Amino acid sequence: MIQREIERSGARSPADVIEVEELTKRYGNVQALHGVSFQVRAHTITGLLGPNGAGKTTILAIVLGLLIPSGGRVRVLGEDILRHRYRVLPRMNFFSPYVDLPQRLSVRQNLEVYARLYGVRRWRERVDDLADWLDLGRQMARPYGALSSGQKTRVALAKALVNEPELLLLDEPTASLDPDAADRIRRGLQRYRERRRATILLTSHNMTEIERLCDVVMLLDAGRLFAFGAPQRLVRRYGRRDLEQVFVDVARGRIGAS
Amino acid sequence: MNVAWPAWHRVYALVLRYFYLLRSSWPRLLEQIYWPTMQMIVWGFVTLFLAGHSSWVAQATGVLLSAVLLWDVLFRSQLGVSVPLMEEMFARNLAQLFVSPLRIAEFVLALMAISFLRTLIGVGAAALLAIAFYGISVFELGWPLLAFFCNLMVFGWAIGLVICALLIRFGLGMESLAWASIFALAPISCIYYPLSALPDWLHVPALSFPASHVFEGMREVLFERRFDLARLAWASGLNLFYLAAGASVFLWAAHAARVRGLLLRVGE
Repeated sequence: MIQREIERSGARSPADVIEVEELTKRYGNVQALHGVSFQVRAHTITGLLGPNGAGKTTILAIVLGLLIPSGGRVRVLGEDILRHRYRVLPRMNFFSPYVDLPQRLSVRQNLEVYARLYGVRRWRERVDDLADWLDLGRQMARPYGALSSGQKTRVALAKALVNEPELLLLDEPTASLDPDAADRIRRGLQRYRERRRATILLTSHNMTEIERLCDVVMLLDAGRLFAFGAPQRLVRRYGRRDLEQVFVDVARGRIGAS
Repeated sequence: MNVAWPAWHRVYALVLRYFYLLRSSWPRLLEQIYWPTMQMIVWGFVTLFLAGHSSWVAQATGVLLSAVLLWDVLFRSQLGVSVPLMEEMFARNLAQLFVSPLRIAEFVLALMAISFLRTLIGVGAAALLAIAFYGISVFELGWPLLAFFCNLMVFGWAIGLVICALLIRFGLGMESLAWASIFALAPISCIYYPLSALPDWLHVPALSFPASHVFEGMREVLFERRFDLARLAWASGLNLFYLAAGASVFLWAAHAARVRGLLLRVGE
């Protein structure tokens, strides 16, 4: 059904930046993903929603080539991620509050190391631009470990943007941020998408964020993708008040893959 | 598996990361020098005592101190590979590196490069202090010292890669192995005594590791003033084998980590 819906929505096209077909992942006896298929169109912001343990991070990790699936096919920026991940990794980047950066290195040193790893030409300019843009100027000489969680998030985002990625994968980008900082990050992401014409795939538990940022939302439950569409369309389809209500009902099993 | 030449800018980037860490932390820098220096001081006094009481040591007073310093080359080079990986794991930075364009081979080259730097700092400082304190210079070994140093360093890298593989596969619970594993090889490495001191049945196991060839070679240089090229060939050949084995185990662990999703869940 989800496949028919994706095809009806016209999502499958040569402009698909991510193409996932029949993706499965099994950890021992636990089936984390059950034949998930979807496409992410170029220049869109797509949200991957679902309760804890639904398989969102597993999907991100597979798209990044960090995790090898048990079955299925994943193409990223036109390349098979399992066979040619090093061709596409320079064109993408990743942010997650669940990974970190070296604590003792200064913000500038961290960004320098990653700029060099991504082969960024004129990395000093790029790092200075990011510092201006993300308001990190006064933090650049400080050790990363001495920053507040909001400042760390901005540094991690700067790292994720250091190579001006065409594809940005974000795992809960505003978790642990206060509303003001989160709002600035969201505005920043929207501006980045528009300026760079980038594609963004993100997971979040903040439904307001999803409604505000995402062109398309995919709903995932217990390793199955069961709904795909614009946020408001999903709200109408399930007859709920808002996306938060849809999410709560998914988490409580009133809406779901089964 | 992707076969491609390493991009040196990425190797350099990672070496820079470890260098910045080393530079920013005086306890880390001190630790590089502390243990080799302590070892050198203790064994220096033992050497001075035995030089007057033992005909074996009296023939070549530098033998014990040279052995201590060369043993530290092996120990430091192994730690130099495994400690930076543990630092990435403690910092929860490993996943960031593995989603960057950094290839496994480049990662390994960077670990080896920083290991070389750390060993040079630690053992180099101790070797210079040995001259100042006791007038004993390991540099009197001459150019064979370079061959011994290189062989022990490569063997240290090989062991370090196996430890890194275990850390990636089984997590930081393997940390103690990084510090202790090398000592399991010490008795059969013939560091302070000749191969003939070992029981016959241990000769083959001892000779199957490059370290015993190096230490036997060192004693030949100091006692007999001759350098046996056959020993060097044996040590180098064995090192090629162990380095290839270490790299293979590391690749296996990296693959297993990608299958099991371990890279996002790095920790204890």
